Amino acid sequence: MKADPISLLTSLGHAVTSRLDRLGLAARFAFAVFRVLGVVFLRFGLIIRELYFSGVRSLSIVIVSGLFVGMVLAVQGYEVLQRYGSTEALGVIVALSLVRELGPVVSALLFAGRASSAVTAEIGLMRATDQLAAMDMMAVDPLARVIAPRFLAAIFSLPLLAALFSAAGVCGAWIIGVKLIGIDDGAFWSQMQASVDVRIDIVNGVLKSIVFGVAVGLISVFEGFFAVPTAEGVSTATTRTVVTSSLAVLLLDLVLTVMMFRGLN
Amino acid sequence: MSERQDIIRIENVRFAYGERTILDDLSLTIRRGEIVAIMGASGGGKTTLLGLIGGRLTPSVGRVFVEDQNVPTLSKSALYALRRRIGMLFQFGALFTDLSVFENVAFPYREQTDLSEDMIRTLVLMKLEAVGLRGAAHLMPSELSGGMARRVALARAVTLDPSIMLYDEPFTGLDPISVGIIGRLIKRLNAALGMTSIIVTHDLNETLRLADRVVVLSAGKVYCDLAPDDIRVSTDPFIRQFADGLPDGPVPFHYPARDYVGDLLAS
Amino acid sequence: MNRSQFDLAVGAFVALGILALLFLALKVGNLAGFDTGTAYVIEARFDNIGGIKVRAPVKSAGVVVGRVESISLDGETYEAVARLRISSAFRFSKDTIATILTSGLLGEQYIGLESGGVPEYLAQGDRVMKTQSAMVLEKLISQFLFNKAAETPGQTK
Repeated sequence: MKADPISLLTSLGHAVTSRLDRLGLAARFAFAVFRVLGVVFLRFGLIIRELYFSGVRSLSIVIVSGLFVGMVLAVQGYEVLQRYGSTEALGVIVALSLVRELGPVVSALLFAGRASSAVTAEIGLMRATDQLAAMDMMAVDPLARVIAPRFLAAIFSLPLLAALFSAAGVCGAWIIGVKLIGIDDGAFWSQMQASVDVRIDIVNGVLKSIVFGVAVGLISVFEGFFAVPTAEGVSTATTRTVVTSSLAVLLLDLVLTVMMFRGLN
Repeated sequence: MSERQDIIRIENVRFAYGERTILDDLSLTIRRGEIVAIMGASGGGKTTLLGLIGGRLTPSVGRVFVEDQNVPTLSKSALYALRRRIGMLFQFGALFTDLSVFENVAFPYREQTDLSEDMIRTLVLMKLEAVGLRGAAHLMPSELSGGMARRVALARAVTLDPSIMLYDEPFTGLDPISVGIIGRLIKRLNAALGMTSIIVTHDLNETLRLADRVVVLSAGKVYCDLAPDDIRVSTDPFIRQFADGLPDGPVPFHYPARDYVGDLLAS
Repeated sequence: MNRSQFDLAVGAFVALGILALLFLALKVGNLAGFDTGTAYVIEARFDNIGGIKVRAPVKSAGVVVGRVESISLDGETYEAVARLRISSAFRFSKDTIATILTSGLLGEQYIGLESGGVPEYLAQGDRVMKTQSAMVLEKLISQFLFNKAAETPGQTK
């Protein structure tokens, strides 16, 4: 590769246009998927199967992770709080961190690694082996039959998984804080309840995870649907799903956090 | 009256992937009830032709009539209505890997009809019996041999009794016995169900036994359109190279390159 | 795996998820509290509101009775106007005093209400007549130094 200015500019231009092309493709794809969503609701059985593979199969990793994250938060939080003699605020710190941020974000990241990558691989493989083409030739729209149920399953699963993550985390913090360290049980819960607002903290957390579900779900089906139909192409697409989903979740989280919580305190 | 016999009419079609022209001003007519084999070098546009007929690809120029409907101009619902009368066998079967053999064959019934479960069971078993695999109904596609998978896919393709069957390289990768079985099934189904079949293939022997007409594509056009007997006795160098499997001839062995000696000495 | 097993597993998953949401709402959050119940809004004006934020607690005798709904500045009098959302379960007399207080040395600031003796009660939209502003540390210090200097004239050389 020669590094003369012209070829550098050319490759820069190519990088920009190819990304824009892909973004445009993704937008048109998203539009096409949204148009067939209504049809899928009429056949809920299709979504049930995907809820099983995406949601149920992610349960254990999400709950165990939530438990451990909550425990670690309790240990670290206690360490800092005791310097100021306000260890009973441990519940507040742990609950707010989990409900506002860690629940939605970490469960979305885990979901991207556990479920979305599998969805991409499955769809990519269906494409590589002409299953999607065969379906299309049988006058069955693959967008409605294969893509939309997997997309919807992500949107339904993630808020539930995020809630389970947060709940498990609070329980983990309770085990460490109250049972092992010996913070007062009443203070732990009452301080938490006084500071965690259902509308501002919990509803916003759920909204976040719904947005993450849309993003992660769309990325996984998009990467699968447009995977290069070879073994290498499918594996590349799977990796891209995890990388793109993770970045999208973190970026969206920043935007949403600013929109939801800025100027609140 | 003879017009009505033309079930597929392709008129002056041009198709290109970017810069690369695949089909160029190609015209072809297929009559009802025929078995037509499409042959030609790999990458010569045979599979593209099936894509155009099925409406999965759109030509840049020209018209594709299937049952008097111009396929590229059809709306999605009209196209899907047309596809219910078209069956397609994909190169490696394209069975749904997450469904059993039975469910694969039942798929078109479940998606396209309101038949009762009993009715579907009966029909599926009949279709599987026709390809000799009723006993394999409970197996998953991963448990089938290549030839069996192809037969299941064939049963699935004809579930809705299509009037047109498209076969994309149905013999590729099969042992001689399976090739014979598939060939005979194609012929029998075509006669029994009154279908029109279009077969894209490289297998000349099986094709000559099976087809009513052999269309050879070259350079994006119809090179010749002959009866199997005429292919056998043809003296055309291109057809002979094809029929006899000669490595070099009108289709060159070497990819276009610089002078060999010059290339070796270049460094 | 057949259809009903899928249904069972997914049903359990959804039930578990909803249970977790309820846990968050009832046990972690304060949905069970009075925030969603009926309430009335009163107004309190302070010369200086200190570190009070929207949603800061309003307490009476240490018990949370409501929250600060909004804070604004009156452009004419330059007073801070705090609107307090008080649970309908509690009534305060017309001569209630609102004070800005701090819980502990470093704790959060809150508004304390001290009910008076008048038998008439504050209703929706009423104003708390007597308020006591936040103590601003800088002012306290400078006042302290000023007083010190005034107390001991001539002792400095």
